[in-house]
Amino acid sequence: MLAMNYRGPYRVRADRNKSMPRIEHSGDAIVRVTRSCICGSDLHLYHGLVPDTRVGTTFGHEFVGVVEEVGSEVKNLKVGDNVLVPFNISCGKCVFCEQELYGNCHESNPEATAVGGIFGYSHTAGGYDGGQAEYVRVPYADIGPMIIPEDIDHDDAVLLTDVVPTGYQAAEMAGIKPGDTVVVFGAGPIGIMAAKCAWLFGAGRVIVIDHIEYRLEFVKKYAQCEAYNFRSLEDPVLFIKKTTDWLGADVCIDAVGCEAAGSAFQTITGRKLMLQAGSATALHWAINAVKKGGVVSIVGVYGPTGNIIPIGNVVNKGITIRANQASVKRLLPRLIEHVRAGRIDPKGIITHRVPLEEVSDAYHIFSAKLDNCIKTILIPSARK
Amino acid sequence: MKKTEKDYSHINGWGIDQNPLDVPAYPMKHRTENDNKGMIWERPTQQPATVEILHSNERPGLTAVFGTPVPPSGISGNIRRFAFKYSESHALHWLALLLADRVQMFEGLADDLKSGHVPNIYSEVGGRAALKHNPAGVVRKVVISVAVVTLVVAWLRRK
Repeated sequence: MLAMNYRGPYRVRADRNKSMPRIEHSGDAIVRVTRSCICGSDLHLYHGLVPDTRVGTTFGHEFVGVVEEVGSEVKNLKVGDNVLVPFNISCGKCVFCEQELYGNCHESNPEATAVGGIFGYSHTAGGYDGGQAEYVRVPYADIGPMIIPEDIDHDDAVLLTDVVPTGYQAAEMAGIKPGDTVVVFGAGPIGIMAAKCAWLFGAGRVIVIDHIEYRLEFVKKYAQCEAYNFRSLEDPVLFIKKTTDWLGADVCIDAVGCEAAGSAFQTITGRKLMLQAGSATALHWAINAVKKGGVVSIVGVYGPTGNIIPIGNVVNKGITIRANQASVKRLLPRLIEHVRAGRIDPKGIITHRVPLEEVSDAYHIFSAKLDNCIKTILIPSARK
Repeated sequence: MKKTEKDYSHINGWGIDQNPLDVPAYPMKHRTENDNKGMIWERPTQQPATVEILHSNERPGLTAVFGTPVPPSGISGNIRRFAFKYSESHALHWLALLLADRVQMFEGLADDLKSGHVPNIYSEVGGRAALKHNPAGVVRKVVISVAVVTLVVAWLRRK
């Protein structure tokens, strides 16, 4: 079958000789992928920053498709169902799934205990092939996948597998109170969605900080918020202090993660020399820009080792830090209500539709932020 | 609660999720009677391990399901096996895995050539897209690369 094939940092190709996935567990399903996305966090894999990213694996944790085959234990799905598949692989039985922490399942990732299984996200996240392919194996098919409601567009559905829930949970974890000033670091798809969702919680002011001008223009319109380019600010933290009566923002959201720009020290030690788990510039700014007693919500992805951040300021300012992988299954019912009511327009962030055969170009465009790219959808059957 | 005298009527759904009790994930964790009882859950059926699966030494064995693509092999596989002797808390675990990733990149090239496939590196790095959407960047990279190579060659010849 046709599938994306990782060959090393900055090298991927569409491979026609990938073996078809098969049922390996009685709870598995095989899904024929109709749409998949490239996620900003896929770029961490693409750039070679995530340990145990093996050559030959297929990325892709945002996908929808049609059920082609089910294992003997699967009761909730049948062949032919259109499903959206959350990026988390969750068993539904462990103590964490029982608590609806579906992103922290303890029965889906043997390689690491700190993170649950994720489709196509290295062996550090369970070693599963992802959905940037014609077919994909979906474990625990009775738990994660949801049959796409008739009235939900499949373009919206594919963005409900990660982007929308992660952006929503970023705002939700921040405990936004009506009137709060919310600063979102990062105007990528997750930051855009976090800014959009912050209003649903009653934010009084939403400010997005990034350095990619076209993305700032996009988020300003899409999320009806303020947007500033940190390259044109002398010091983004000082700017936020000044614009919040010198106190700082009530809430700061890190929607960037380990490849943040803005600090030569962080970039060199985190991204170039890999002496820390990526560049933590956005988190550094978030901690320093939030007010005393405020909340920093982290959904940006970091590596498993460590990062240099001003932890002393966390203590001295009494900051609450909340973070997690989005618990997609838990959030889906509410998010579907929001999509139906027109409060969130997921497909509005899609800028590129690319045949899977052109996956290497798609990755380069997204990685280098060319052609005003916000969100790319890969279509496996586009050339048929 | 702060004053919110501003008009947010232009934002569809403003404040609709402001009641924390009406939000699906607040608080993030639903307390249950099993919170503090350890690994007592009825485990899902175990997936048979048909290939070598490395597992963190911070857990007693394999999880009920796991991915089977690209099992450890070759030199990179040996480095990965070494890495998994150390816990996730140990830097050596992760550094060894990163080293294995880089080694496997060369193993992958060798495997391609052995199977008669000459990888099109230009295409794999998205060269066509770069040329189409950022030709100035491509020219800059080429000029810098040529300059660096020229300088290195000149320096070596002087010696």
